[in-house]
Amino acid sequence: MERSFEQYFRQNHLPHLWCPGCGNGIAMKAIVQAVEKKGWSQDNTVIVSGIGCSSRASGYMDFDTLHTAHGRAIPFATGIKLANPDLNVIVITGDGDCTAIGGNHFIHGCRRNVDLTVIMFNNNIYGMTGGQASPTTPVGAKATTAPYGSVDRTFDACKLAEAAGATYVARSTAFHVQHMTNMIADGLDNKGFSFIEAMVQCPTAFGRKNRMGSPADMLKWMRDHAVMKAAWDKLSEEKREDKFPIGCLYSSQAIDYDAAYDQVIERAGGADK
Amino acid sequence: MKSEITIKTVRCKGCGICAAFCPKSVLAVSELGKIQVVNKEACIGCGQCELRCPDYAIFVDRVKEAAQ
Repeated sequence: MERSFEQYFRQNHLPHLWCPGCGNGIAMKAIVQAVEKKGWSQDNTVIVSGIGCSSRASGYMDFDTLHTAHGRAIPFATGIKLANPDLNVIVITGDGDCTAIGGNHFIHGCRRNVDLTVIMFNNNIYGMTGGQASPTTPVGAKATTAPYGSVDRTFDACKLAEAAGATYVARSTAFHVQHMTNMIADGLDNKGFSFIEAMVQCPTAFGRKNRMGSPADMLKWMRDHAVMKAAWDKLSEEKREDKFPIGCLYSSQAIDYDAAYDQVIERAGGADK
Repeated sequence: MKSEITIKTVRCKGCGICAAFCPKSVLAVSELGKIQVVNKEACIGCGQCELRCPDYAIFVDRVKEAAQ
């Protein structure tokens, strides 16, 4: 019964502290399975995370890990990648960490096309601090800071990443576990800034406030509302109403930051290696 | 084809995701808030429970009849 993905976890730190039914565990397993699929060594892979429920993941993963300042995971990761381009750098962040507190760093990471794989666990709420509305809380959804429903329009982090210059943008959900693993693995393959939005359920803060039912009901909601990209493209505008697309939403080719910086070094007369 | 279900009780938080996705109602959450096997014979070894367990607490292995 021993599973090969267990080798990527710090066994003495499990069970993790996430609430019963939290989707972060599912997304964390998808990440290590994607790494396993790629055959990356634990000594050559760095996990960088910010602050929040999602970012606790780095503590459970047996790689070189860095738990950084709120919203600043991408700058730390950029530094690691520039100092040693041979390392594989994965960033784990949450919806608030990535699009609110670290929004600026996020768009500039995309713009520079640094060779990172950023996995954003999107639970639509600030779970750790008690359920405040985050930039991805749907309009009308309740939160402790929005008891009559959120009025702020929702960030689509995938569209944001695409517009800012990321070269691989994908979305998946905790229900579609194998699909999520594949999307992350494709992101790891991409040389440049890869962004994967992993939709995860937060039964404690978001689910309870919005009467979403049990954790299993929240997973079923994802199953019923997620539409694969190919089918999404054929959907009419009115049928898209309460649905969202999953799959690889955008990919392109562009020079990554390491290569661009090497060119600068070249132009400046080279450096001692 | 038979299956073997292993539950790591220490890790289980009793969220009930595995029980909800089990097509054969093999699992149920006990009074103590941990998952338990209630109908082992019905298990078809599909692995839906293991796939979505957020706590890596349940594992299903298929066992060949001859090996038993």
